[in-house]
Amino acid sequence: MTQDNHGKHYKFGMVIDLDKCTGCGSCMVACMSENNVPFKEDETNKKDSINWMKVFKLTNGKPFPNTDVCYMPRPCMQCGGKGEHGHSPCISVCPATATDYGYDTGIVSQIYTRCFGCRYCMGACPYHARYFNWWDPKWPDGMESYLSPNVSPRMRGVVEKCSFCYHRYQIARDKAYYEERRDTIEEGEYQTACTQACPAGAITFGDLNNPEHEVYKLVKPDPHQCGKPRNPKAFRLLERLQTNPKVYYISEREWVRKAGDNYRDGEWEKKA
Amino acid sequence: MSELKKKTENGSVDGAEDATSNEQKAGGDSGVGMGVLFFIAAFAVCFLSGWLLFPSLLYSKKEQPFNFNHALHVEQTSGCESCHYFREDGSFAGVPKNSSCMECHESQLGDTKDEEIFMTEYVEKGIEVPWYIYSKQPDCVFFSHSAHVVGAKMDCVTCHGHIGESESLKPYQENRITGYSRDIWGESIWGIKKNPWDRMKMDDCAQCHQEETGSKGACFQCHK
Repeated sequence: MTQDNHGKHYKFGMVIDLDKCTGCGSCMVACMSENNVPFKEDETNKKDSINWMKVFKLTNGKPFPNTDVCYMPRPCMQCGGKGEHGHSPCISVCPATATDYGYDTGIVSQIYTRCFGCRYCMGACPYHARYFNWWDPKWPDGMESYLSPNVSPRMRGVVEKCSFCYHRYQIARDKAYYEERRDTIEEGEYQTACTQACPAGAITFGDLNNPEHEVYKLVKPDPHQCGKPRNPKAFRLLERLQTNPKVYYISEREWVRKAGDNYRDGEWEKKA
Repeated sequence: MSELKKKTENGSVDGAEDATSNEQKAGGDSGVGMGVLFFIAAFAVCFLSGWLLFPSLLYSKKEQPFNFNHALHVEQTSGCESCHYFREDGSFAGVPKNSSCMECHESQLGDTKDEEIFMTEYVEKGIEVPWYIYSKQPDCVFFSHSAHVVGAKMDCVTCHGHIGESESLKPYQENRITGYSRDIWGESIWGIKKNPWDRMKMDDCAQCHQEETGSKGACFQCHK
């Protein structure tokens, strides 16, 4: 791929501590307002709601008093694909090249003006991180002035998804260029809206290639295994699909870690 | 005997063949000639209306609120950056707001009609001038001035042309279908590009990126 024209390569990633998450949903709200995510007048039917960041509720399925609950926020995993070559499930199937892999950031783009709404990518995504706009967005009177000018609004008939608040990276890079330090974006200069909104501090965001960054220290990604976490308490969703997500989860609880993938009988015990 | 039958009979007789077929050719030629003539005329009408009339239908012309003399201002100040400056966070101010203008124009400086309009209609009433922006890109486009001007040390002229030497503002032409400025597609409806500032389409960005950096870049480099 001939895309690396801007020096240093980042690999932005997110680590979510599931033991800290209280399921409050602040990340979902922050995400929606940051990214001009449209909503319906009546949101009771969640099947066609749009949530770039969505909090799921897991239980260990045990009766009282052993019941345990875990809330799991799910953004787009920004998959690197098998071997981290940038062939993520959604990119591989898009017939319009409306989504591509940024080799300089590791972020999977979504270009709304290019998308024609075939929704192959939605079928391909194993994390259900992509959403379809069944309607044009309708903002209540006066709300249009609250929209962010840094994120382009979407129209009916296109797919959208979490971009790791890419516009914030663009803004950070703007500043870096202005200060003539093009390749050195500080950890604090580029953070996603959900990271900053989480009151429990469960979400950490940064560059997985940089050992100084908190995300690296938390999961210690293994460069020889496409970023597989070396921290035994950390895991990625559906690791066996080799999608190589850049979103990591951490939990001390074994049943939570086990819920991150589908294990056959006895497989989990063998792994542990 | 019907004409058709006569022709076939003549056709089978060798001696009479030349004379009849020549006669036939002459009649056919005049028909074809008319057809060709009609085709050329119709083609010319369609072609010219498509290339000359359609653009004027496609674009609406809007006059700027008042005229602005770039040449005069560049002469009086130190260049483009004195009004079109970078903010401290690296973002680009673009077209200046009244407050920037009033750093010099606290009261009327010259005696032009345009300055008078600016002072009475906008400064005194506290209204920002609703300029039409020739180089405004669609809202899915992210463009970093600092990456190009500070990072790549490019001149304003490379993309914006010699607007700094102009003494008057041309009418703003808006595409009636897309709502985009004509400067995006370019003045030439044929798509001919002589100077780098003639067009501002994605292909033009990509062309320069390909030449200068060796790659068109990922989608998100210029999209948002």
